[in-house]
Amino acid sequence: MNPEMPDRDPYVAAFPELRPFWEATARGVLLLPRCRACGETHWHPRAQCPFCRSTELEWFAACGRATLHTYTVVHRPDGSYVLAYAKLQEGPLVMTNIVDAGADAVLQVGMPLQLAFRATREGRMAPVFRLSSRRQECTPPA
Amino acid sequence: MGFHHPAFIAGAYEHPTRYAPDKSIAQLHAESARGALADAGLGFDDVDGYFCAADAPGGIPALMADYMNLRLSCINGTESGGCSYIAHVGHAADAIAQGRCSVALVTLAGKPRSSGQATGTEIRQIPAERPAAPFEQPYSWTVAGMYGMLARRHMHEYGTTMEQLAWVKVAASHHAQHNPQAQLRKVFTTADVLKSPLVADPLRRGDCCVITDGGGALVIVRPEIARSLKRPHIGLRGFSETIRTNEAGRLDLLQTGAAVTGPRAFEQAGLAPLDVKYASVYDNFTIMVALQLEDLGFCAKGEGGRFVADGNLISGSGRLPWNTDGGGMCNNHPQNRGGITKVIEAVRQLRGEAHPAVQVRGCDIALASGPGLVMGAGHAYATVLLERVQ
Repeated sequence: MNPEMPDRDPYVAAFPELRPFWEATARGVLLLPRCRACGETHWHPRAQCPFCRSTELEWFAACGRATLHTYTVVHRPDGSYVLAYAKLQEGPLVMTNIVDAGADAVLQVGMPLQLAFRATREGRMAPVFRLSSRRQECTPPA
Repeated sequence: MGFHHPAFIAGAYEHPTRYAPDKSIAQLHAESARGALADAGLGFDDVDGYFCAADAPGGIPALMADYMNLRLSCINGTESGGCSYIAHVGHAADAIAQGRCSVALVTLAGKPRSSGQATGTEIRQIPAERPAAPFEQPYSWTVAGMYGMLARRHMHEYGTTMEQLAWVKVAASHHAQHNPQAQLRKVFTTADVLKSPLVADPLRRGDCCVITDGGGALVIVRPEIARSLKRPHIGLRGFSETIRTNEAGRLDLLQTGAAVTGPRAFEQAGLAPLDVKYASVYDNFTIMVALQLEDLGFCAKGEGGRFVADGNLISGSGRLPWNTDGGGMCNNHPQNRGGITKVIEAVRQLRGEAHPAVQVRGCDIALASGPGLVMGAGHAYATVLLERVQ
C-alpha cells in the first residue's frame, strides 16, 4: 500500500479536478460524486453533473457494497483475470476487476461484492472488488 | 417509389486483399478509391467531396486528398470508429442535398493483420486524457472482454445460450464458402465454435471476427448523375446515427445505439423491419449481432439468441438473409472496421450482384447497420436503409 499521492501518475495528472478522489483512494476510501443541485450520483467522476449539468458537486464516501452485474474471465498468454461490472449499492455501474477469487471460484451474476483497493502500475490506488459472504446492505450515513 | 432519394450509391468496391505487407495504407486507400470510381463509371477528377475517418493516414482527410490530388468543395473526417463509413453515406447525402458536392468519395483502409495486431485480445492502452481513462485503465479491459461481459449478461437476463449465438458464425461461414476472397472459407458447425478456445468467457475464438488487412470505398452521387450512369440506382432512403453514452453509470449494457437509430431510420424511410429483404449487421462478436437485431426491431428484446439460431440468418433458407459476403465473422474486417463492407454487400444485394448462391431474389430494400468504438466504453452507431430504384 502506498499512502502517498502518486503525482507522477499520468492518469492522475491529466485531471487536476479529480485529485480528491485519488487522495481518498490512497486512504482506502472510495469517494462518489453527488450533485448538490439535483441530488444524483454519477460515475465516472467529472467536473459537471451529467444529469442536470450543474457544477455544484460534492464527494461522499461509498459504503463499499456492490453486486456482480456481469463478468468475464479474460484468457491471455500471461494468465487470466476477471473483468466485471459491479453495481454499487449507491446505484452506478462501474467497470472493475474481481480480485482474490481463486482459480476454482464459481462466479455468478448477482453475487455480493466488497470494495478493496489495488495499486496500479502508475502508482494510484484503484477500486476493485472481492466476493463477499455478506449480502446485507450498508446502513445509510447518519 | 420514384426517383426522390437525396443521393445514390453509384460505386462500391471491396479491396480483394486480406494481407498486404507490401503495400502502404495510403496505397490501399487509393486503390479502393480507384475501384469504387471505376465501378461507378467515374474518375478521380469527378470527385468533389471526400469522406474518411481516423484510419486515413494522419487521421484527417487532407493527406489522402493530397495523395489523390482531389479538387474538393466538401470535406468530412467524421470519426465514429467502425461505423464511420455508414455515417459517411448519410453525411454525403446531406452534403449533396445542400449542393455542397456532387460526387462524394468515401475510403477506408488498414493493415492490422500484417502489422501483427491482436485486436480483440490485446489490453487496450488508453490515452490518459480520455475522461473515462483513469477509471478503465486499471482493469486491463480487452475488446473481447467487453463483449464477453455482454454475452454473460444476456445469458443471465434472457436465457440465451452460446449454442444459439454460435449460429451467427455458422450462418456467416455458410455464406463465406462462396466468397473466394473470404479470410475463412471453412464451413463451421455450432460444435466447431463451442470447442474453439475460450477468449473471454463465455466468448470463444469462433465467436470473434477475423483480423484482416484491406480496404473499401463508396461513391455517392446526386440523383441526376446516378441517372446518367450505367449502374443500378441504389438510393438512400433512411439514415440515422447516434452516440450511445454510458449514461453516467446508469446504462443498460444490453442496449446498443441501434435502439435509437433503427426506429429513426425506419421512420424516415417509411419502412418497417419486415420490409427489409437483406440485412448487413455488424458482426465483431456473435453476441453483438443478437443485440442489434433486437434493437433494430427484427425481434423482441431478449429474443436475439433464439432469432439467430437454427440457420435463421442463412440466405435461401433463413428468415433474414444476413451478411451474405461472410461478414466480419469470416470474410473481412479491414482495419478492424466493418462498416464499409456492410454497405458494400448491401449494394451488391440490391444490384443483384451478390454471389448467386447467396443472392436474395427480388432484393429491393436492404439495411446496413453497425456500431463503432467499443460497447460499454461509449460507442457510436449508424444505420442506413437503401433501396433499388428502377
